[in-house]
Amino acid sequence: MSAATQPVQELPAATLSDRIKMYMVAGRQAIIEQLQYRLANMMFMVHILIEPVIYLVVWTTVSEAQGGSVGGYTTAQFAGYYIIWTLVRQFNLSMGPHSFHWRIKEGRLAAELLRPVHPLQVDIGYYLGYKIPQVIYWLPMGILLWLLFRPEVNPELWQILVFPVALMLAFFVRFLFMWVLGLVCFWTERVDAIFELYFVLELLFSGRLVPLSVMPAWAQTVANFMPFQWTFYFPIEVLLGRVDPQALGWGLLAQLAWITGGYLFIMLVWKQAIKHFTAVGS
Amino acid sequence: MSTNGIHVKDLTKVYRVPEREAGLKAAVVSLLQRKHKEVRAVDGITFDIEPGEIVGFLGPNGAGKTTTLKMLSGLLYPTSGELSVLGHLPEKRQRELLQRITLVMGQRSQLNWDIPAIDSYDLYRAIYGIPQEQFTKIRDEMIALMQLQGLVNKPVRNLSLGERMKAEMVGALLHQPQVLFLDEPTIGVDVTMQRRMRTFIQEYNHKHKATVLLTSHYMADVQALCKRVIVIHHGTILYDGDLAGLVGRFSAMKTLVVSTSDMNGKAPDMAQYGNVLKAEPNRTTLRVSKAEAPQVTARLLADLPVTDLTVEDPPIEEIIETVFATPDEIAQ
Repeated sequence: MSAATQPVQELPAATLSDRIKMYMVAGRQAIIEQLQYRLANMMFMVHILIEPVIYLVVWTTVSEAQGGSVGGYTTAQFAGYYIIWTLVRQFNLSMGPHSFHWRIKEGRLAAELLRPVHPLQVDIGYYLGYKIPQVIYWLPMGILLWLLFRPEVNPELWQILVFPVALMLAFFVRFLFMWVLGLVCFWTERVDAIFELYFVLELLFSGRLVPLSVMPAWAQTVANFMPFQWTFYFPIEVLLGRVDPQALGWGLLAQLAWITGGYLFIMLVWKQAIKHFTAVGS
Repeated sequence: MSTNGIHVKDLTKVYRVPEREAGLKAAVVSLLQRKHKEVRAVDGITFDIEPGEIVGFLGPNGAGKTTTLKMLSGLLYPTSGELSVLGHLPEKRQRELLQRITLVMGQRSQLNWDIPAIDSYDLYRAIYGIPQEQFTKIRDEMIALMQLQGLVNKPVRNLSLGERMKAEMVGALLHQPQVLFLDEPTIGVDVTMQRRMRTFIQEYNHKHKATVLLTSHYMADVQALCKRVIVIHHGTILYDGDLAGLVGRFSAMKTLVVSTSDMNGKAPDMAQYGNVLKAEPNRTTLRVSKAEAPQVTARLLADLPVTDLTVEDPPIEEIIETVFATPDEIAQ
């Protein structure tokens, strides 16, 4: 640097194009980060696969024992359900609320609050980028499961085309609700019990444990009032080819409604959370 | 009130903290009845900092330095008082202000540990909307100045503490802030790196007329950078003025560290030379008044087989301790 005085250059106001660039750079950062941890990612992939493979084995066994069908699913459709499950799971992975806790505790959030962009926006870019290596890591596993379990998946072309949209919206629903849950960390440090309750509800009412249509009627009714089924069950059913155009339209609208609700809720609670955070310190 | 500098008037921050006595009984009672107490971390402080000034903000741990810096950067809501940074109320956290300030906390990392710093810088560019050409120029200039070439391409977790702090500093200044809040930026960093960071801060200040508020426990940082210091203790300001005035006034003593060759087990009476702070075999640390220091030094050299002798000002912590011990004198 020369000794001559140079006034600080004013930065231009942020535009939509700047925001999109920011998403892309944050996403790129996530990819760089993921590529560094190849072994950890492989182990994570194995961990992720254990859960659906158990469900798959249990339900295909039950189905075969009951003459080849349970709750409207054939054995091969169960296989299809849980194989698509693994892809949906990879895609809707989001920052867990424990990461939120870590972020506050380590002072990372304080650093993020000093930046002229909402941390949610950086997270969106980051987690969108995060999907790319995750889906690439998933591919060999998906192919292996496909060859082993011979699933029955019969989507129409339009269902195949809509599936990425439903998948992306599923990610946003889950991502935003993880954020909502993470905001609890602003008020209390002992958040594990709340998180566990959330994950149990998700397991039961998302179609993660078992397809919702196999669940009792009351559980399906309860699930209709919760966001969970739009994060797992709905996109899986779309690619399985089990959703008619009308249900598909309503499903996409429901996803958008939950995304809007989640976003507005975060913006509302965020102000209070920040006020609380800045009142007590990090 | 200056719209380009920092204005603080009667600034107060009170924390409400839970309080509980030790033991099982107290734990059971606290289940039903929570007790809290109020801690006045910052208690009605007032100061103004003009654009381009570098001010040392000194005080012991818990004095209220970090709380003040956090209020100035908008990370804490003040309980009461007036506050303005570049004409903005920091707690509103407006984009216009956030784009023009930075806060570096030596004990907190802002860089992503898992990826090279250069990739984190790219994210900062996108977040702050820095034009690519301007960004590349500033980044490369700062990397060269901090001698970080090569290091910024390694994952941050593989850097030493000093290297990491230099990388943090570059990241914190990429958007060319006009106001720098530096909280212990050289903590844990070796002497050479400290010197480099000081030069960096100094040059940034000269080049951009940036305002700097710096806390540090290292006298060398404060001496090299700050003409003016504000001393804070128990949340109140004890001294606000020239560093020279503070050192001259409260550092009326000198520290002599004397090393001698082995005297066949005969230990001389070092107390005759001054107040013995530390006695080790063949090495003694003495405290003498500034006026007597030359004579004592001469006597030591004449009387003893001296192998090494250093004359130092007491550490800044000690000077500040003196300031704390005599608040009435300051008030005069």
